[in-house]
Amino acid sequence: MKSAVIVFPGLNRDRDMIAALTKISGTAPAIVWHQDADLPDVDLIVIPGGFSYGDYLRCGAIAARSPIMDKVRARAAAGVNVLGVCNGFQILLEAGLLPGALMRNQSLKFVCREVKLEVTNADTAFTRGYSKGQIIRCPVAHHDGNYFADSETLACLEGDGRVAFRYADGTNPNGSINNIAGILNERKNVLGLMPHPENLIESAHGGDDCRALFSGLLGQAA
Amino acid sequence: MKARVTVTLKAGVLDPQGQAIEGSLKGLGFPGVSSVRQGKVFDLVVDGTDEESARSQIASMCEKLLANTVIENYAIEITN
Repeated sequence: MKSAVIVFPGLNRDRDMIAALTKISGTAPAIVWHQDADLPDVDLIVIPGGFSYGDYLRCGAIAARSPIMDKVRARAAAGVNVLGVCNGFQILLEAGLLPGALMRNQSLKFVCREVKLEVTNADTAFTRGYSKGQIIRCPVAHHDGNYFADSETLACLEGDGRVAFRYADGTNPNGSINNIAGILNERKNVLGLMPHPENLIESAHGGDDCRALFSGLLGQAA
Repeated sequence: MKARVTVTLKAGVLDPQGQAIEGSLKGLGFPGVSSVRQGKVFDLVVDGTDEESARSQIASMCEKLLANTVIENYAIEITN
């Protein structure tokens, strides 16, 4: 599998993501700086977490308007899988690749802890390594992860199986509506996920619950 | 031309920061505050003298960047 990691100024989870992709796929991802003219031909594009542009204006707002995102949008439209984690999820929302918004955590506190996730839809490229209803562990670290969408959008997401992951067992860390932790676009090739799967992929992390997310993606692309 | 853009959360969107400020005001002993909603103000200086074209240009800025219209409303005021 060929992958690319998009890097914006202010991201800080890019190295963890690059390490996870390298370990699981056996090939280092292409690292694409946001001002690079070309986005290489890859099977998976990842926007990692952090604080792009210092979270100025709104989390992800400035990065979402950079020219590289037009290229990401075009690849997503062509069917390439796109994963946005944490700030990457915020960027995908601000770029209009996913619906809704991520607001300040209900507690107003930055949360850095482990949560439980329920795999709500196991029939996607991202979740094929799991079974529907499976509960997995995953770390979170964010200040603005409180997912919000209007009732019409929410009904559409729920009705079309576009909620991929939900906080489970009372571990919702941010007040997110319907316990939503990760959502898909209509075609289900774009996933935005607030938790950090790249940080629970091997025993040195204390578990490998999230490895199947990446290996599931691997299984799809040669 | 000078303009002020005010961005506020839509009605019905939870505003935990506004709630925390409301709690703090109550803690300071200010009575009768039943709601606080937090927003943002942008002061812009734009070229040109035609108010209508400035308004439409700033509205486009709001739609594309200054406001997230999923959760926010905006108001434009020409201030000079």
